[in-house]
Amino acid sequence: MSLSKPVVTARVGDDLRHESAHLHVSGRAVYCDDLPLPANALHAVFGLSPIAHGHVRSADLTQVLSAPGVVAVATAADIPGDNNYGGIIPDDPIFADGLVQYAGQPMFAVAASSHLAARKAAQRAQFEFERLPAILDIRSALAADSHVMPTQTLVRGSPHQQLGSAAHRLSGTVVIGGQDHLYLEGHIAIAIPQEDGVMLVHSSTQHPTEVQHVVAHALGRALQDVTVQCRRMGGGFGGKESQAALIAAAAAVLANKTGRPVKLRLDRAADMLMTGKRHDFLADYDVGFDAEGRITALTVMLASRCGYSADLSGPVNDRAVCHIDNAYYLEHVEIVSHRCKTHTVSNTAFRGFGGPQGMMVIEQIIEDIARTLGRDALAVRRANYYGLHTRNVTPYGMTVEDNVLHTITDQLEASSDYRRRRRAIAEWNAANPVVKRGLALTPVKFGISFNATFYNQAGALLHVYKDGSVRINHGGTEMGQGLHTKIVQIVAEELGLPVSAIRVTATDTGTVPNTSATAASSGSDLNGKAAQAAARTIRERLLNFACTTYRVTRSDIRFDQGWVQIGAERIRFADLAKQAYLARVQLSATGFYRTPKIHWDRTTFSGRPFFYFAYGAAVAEVAIDTLTGETRLLRADILHDVGRSLNPALDRGQIEGGFLQGVGWLTTEELWWNANGELKTHAPSTYKIPTARDWAQDTRVALLAQEPNREDTIHRSKAVGEPPLMLAISVLHAIRDAVAACGDGSVLPNLPSPATPEAVLKAVMAVRGEGST
Amino acid sequence: MSAAADSRTLQFLLDGEVVRVADLPPTTTVLEWLREHRGRCGTKEGCNEGDCGACTVVIGELRDGGIRHRAINSCIRLLPTIDGLELVTVESLAAADQPLHPVQQAMVDCHASQCGFCTPGFVMSLFALNLENPAPTRDQVVDALSGNLCRCTGYRPIIDAALAVPPSTETTRWSRRDAQSAARVAALQSIQRSTALAVPGFTAPRTLDELAEARAAQPDATLLAGGTDIGLWITQQLRELPSLIYLGNVAELQAIRQDDAGITVGAAVTFSDAWPVLVAAHPALDDLARRFASPLVNNSATLCGNLGNGSPIGDSMPALIALGARMNLRCGPSSRSVPLDAFYLGYQRKDLAAGEFIVSVTVPHARPGLRLASYKLSKRVDQDISAVCAGFAVTVIDGVIVDARLAFGGMAAIPARAPQAEAALIGQPWSHAVFDDAAEALRQDFQPLSDLRATRDYRLIAAGNLLRRFAREHDSASAASLRVSALQPR
Repeated sequence: MSLSKPVVTARVGDDLRHESAHLHVSGRAVYCDDLPLPANALHAVFGLSPIAHGHVRSADLTQVLSAPGVVAVATAADIPGDNNYGGIIPDDPIFADGLVQYAGQPMFAVAASSHLAARKAAQRAQFEFERLPAILDIRSALAADSHVMPTQTLVRGSPHQQLGSAAHRLSGTVVIGGQDHLYLEGHIAIAIPQEDGVMLVHSSTQHPTEVQHVVAHALGRALQDVTVQCRRMGGGFGGKESQAALIAAAAAVLANKTGRPVKLRLDRAADMLMTGKRHDFLADYDVGFDAEGRITALTVMLASRCGYSADLSGPVNDRAVCHIDNAYYLEHVEIVSHRCKTHTVSNTAFRGFGGPQGMMVIEQIIEDIARTLGRDALAVRRANYYGLHTRNVTPYGMTVEDNVLHTITDQLEASSDYRRRRRAIAEWNAANPVVKRGLALTPVKFGISFNATFYNQAGALLHVYKDGSVRINHGGTEMGQGLHTKIVQIVAEELGLPVSAIRVTATDTGTVPNTSATAASSGSDLNGKAAQAAARTIRERLLNFACTTYRVTRSDIRFDQGWVQIGAERIRFADLAKQAYLARVQLSATGFYRTPKIHWDRTTFSGRPFFYFAYGAAVAEVAIDTLTGETRLLRADILHDVGRSLNPALDRGQIEGGFLQGVGWLTTEELWWNANGELKTHAPSTYKIPTARDWAQDTRVALLAQEPNREDTIHRSKAVGEPPLMLAISVLHAIRDAVAACGDGSVLPNLPSPATPEAVLKAVMAVRGEGST
Repeated sequence: MSAAADSRTLQFLLDGEVVRVADLPPTTTVLEWLREHRGRCGTKEGCNEGDCGACTVVIGELRDGGIRHRAINSCIRLLPTIDGLELVTVESLAAADQPLHPVQQAMVDCHASQCGFCTPGFVMSLFALNLENPAPTRDQVVDALSGNLCRCTGYRPIIDAALAVPPSTETTRWSRRDAQSAARVAALQSIQRSTALAVPGFTAPRTLDELAEARAAQPDATLLAGGTDIGLWITQQLRELPSLIYLGNVAELQAIRQDDAGITVGAAVTFSDAWPVLVAAHPALDDLARRFASPLVNNSATLCGNLGNGSPIGDSMPALIALGARMNLRCGPSSRSVPLDAFYLGYQRKDLAAGEFIVSVTVPHARPGLRLASYKLSKRVDQDISAVCAGFAVTVIDGVIVDARLAFGGMAAIPARAPQAEAALIGQPWSHAVFDDAAEALRQDFQPLSDLRATRDYRLIAAGNLLRRFAREHDSASAASLRVSALQPR
């Protein structure tokens, strides 16, 4: 085999390094903004609405057009097709047309000879607005009955009746903040006109097919006329699932108008002002429970801030509803889910997709039950865990068949030394008035599969070339999670090749069509199976060819690290490929996969939306400063279930990265809008994601051993992209535990997230019965 | 190698070659030049405001006969300010298809990249650390990385990689020895100038007299030192700056002098050079120095620039006001000195006449009986802007407070002292009760604003509690009982 790369061998389950690691560290990994542009390319930026809500009375863009270097301006009137990028409901204009509904909404785009020239030109737009009242937060939206979609209700049993007869009853509110993705690479797209109306788009997107769809509709063309490519993203986290289509569509409209290539890159402020974030949520709950803390009835009013449009808010809120149970059996339950419309940016997918917010609700309820009863929260958690054989049906009617949480909890309780540390912390808190400590163990049970069944499909295309080298293409996108690396391992396993013989190429709508977003943690589950199917087809053809040619039976043939053992003969894989080619055997194959077993009825909110569940649990210990509200994570112990890992190093990377991203969400990352609805935390100078200091040195991460996925997933692995983020809920509850230790127990800690120093200090003062000023 | 570049052409060293640049606006940033003019795209733009580190590059300058290499944010560093320096980017470390630099290899081996977009910046920060300190502790690694954001990994593998870099073999490309090679030093020497760089819109005087003359001739010109704030005027506010006078080449402004008056830090001295001297004299400033901005900022930014900027939330002022620092100013031939707290007249107004400029700041030495502290409160520990920053200098003689200077940032339109709280302390014995009174008195001193960093209430309460912390810390043997940063897990 003639390969310029050194031969690297790895099997499924090995710690193979990221396929681009050597490119990342040397600056040679190419992102959209690094692609060489044709000489006549233009650079574009958006012009944004300065106000939150109003009619556009006049729009004067003449000064923009006359600015130095400017070639073209595009507004809604320049869109030949649909002025919409809303994927589910068509309520997301590419350019605002007459009505603006959030500060930061794109109103036009300008293309110029340089990015700087375009930015300077965009500032020269003159607008007059008739301002309208703006609804900015959830409570105001609820009061105004303002929704992007109808309210959904899930009921099981007779919760109201059971509440009335509960031995104990508690009500409260959970306040859950939003989160900006802050992928290091901001949104970007390059649209390059081809011949005969065809458009090539390079997009930093988790969902090339959606970008293709929106661009085609905006241009009034068929899907066949638009090709979208993405080699890699500099981070996605859900932020590039639906939002990338807006940027690509505007670039394509300008490219269509000018006939020239257009690169549209958002600077950081534009990215954070314009594009959606994690939904913030409110939940008012009323819970009944027995003396053990076992929940007998629960009602929850769940409301989220969707922003001005629906975007993915329907499925995000559905997933929140489907995760309010988290690990706990809720026999009598009612969840009323309001999808609130506000005059703020339209919130979107973000790692966990509503699941984290749903879990936050029940975890606070469990903690407050424990505090009310004076029991350890872990005991209350166990009392409510789904049973293995009884009490194991979710509120939406799915039986939990793969519950490993009891195992995880037992192992983690022991390995984290939970009980001894609980006592030590109590002793510390009794002796120290200023610095208090807290401890919490929280579990995660996260449903894997897109709730919408039809998304659960994937395709792949595999070529074997005459020299035995292999190219694999699939519908998933690489955003750093290592999907391409896992695909390489899967294909190498099937074909008995060294991983260095296999190249994954850029995701391309012209190569594998009709793909689903790389989202819902499903990337390797879906695309891994599709790639495996393609590789098996090729393997089958080669086996048949070899049997015929060498007059052996299939059991005489073995593929092994670039060699093929055929009876007594051992030849190179490359030689077999060459022979097969000469014998006119097709060396290219597609693969396809559809997830079995799943079904979902949105109207009744019931079914089996998830193929399986991924589990995990974390123990966090924190300290808080009761003079200032400063907090510090001292230690974290994590035990997480990835089934039989495809690549433990990559999975650990997802666990650690997801955990710290969750810690940021719940502690330092505060989105702050002023009274006019302008987001004032729109850059890393003002919006604070964790730094290296925030990673606790004493963090102990383990993968749950000897628990392969009970479902037939790719090599019995489990999805790992999203679930670990929710391990960070342990940190918030450790902080609440420390806050609670400041009082006499008569007042439950009232701590919203993010638990900034200010929020913590306020909560400390409240449990101590001190006034705020 | 020809050194005789004219005064209108920038010269710097890149991969052993002298690069000459003319005809670019002087407000062009190093990042913009690399990516848009040179097509060298390994260095990334993450935020364009010096807060994420994706654009990290290393610059080398002649120092004491060798070359000192330091990591900076290239997104807010103006290209003319690297005239006469060496520029090192991620592409410099290893040629394509050649072995990776040990720092790069450690990153690969530890699975320390995921999406990879921040990775070149981390590599360059760790490369600079490796040149400076080949065997860093974990704390030193974390300090070195405080200006680099990663959204994927959780940082653990990056920290591991930094600690796993093997001792240099001293023969490889960009080993510590190679970084100081005679050829490199000679190349850098060959591009040093004898007359001032002066491109249209940008002059870089070389002496204090030249500077005074240039300042008098162009009183409206913008004085540029590290440019970590002015860079934002350019990249974020898109301001036009028709005339810049750069202080970085003025020999007299690069000095730190110690005498009876105290430590005098010249206007072109970076924070990276200033902090160690200040912390040596006043160890209580250590925590502030560690949390001040990031190495990537501090390697460009100057102490006097921060003071001259005069932001109400600048972190260097409260401690220096408390210590009684003085600003040394010059206008044409005449000089004067003003106390730092008197320098700030109102929001973005300073006691600085037209044509006048800052020469240096003088920070007094410790006095007998001085109890000093500086505290910073922010949402994140590292590289954040304070909600409240405090500097307290209280002199106690025979158990009685004889002098108290309490200064705050984030509490008013300017960094300011708290006269009522000071009055509550002076003449009183050192006790927790007296500091409780001072904390209450702060309510007469300040009417802070509510904004994205904190509400008015939090600022007032927390500022008062910092006085309480100050009183307790000086009476407690156990730092861990008072500061979360000092704790270990149970």
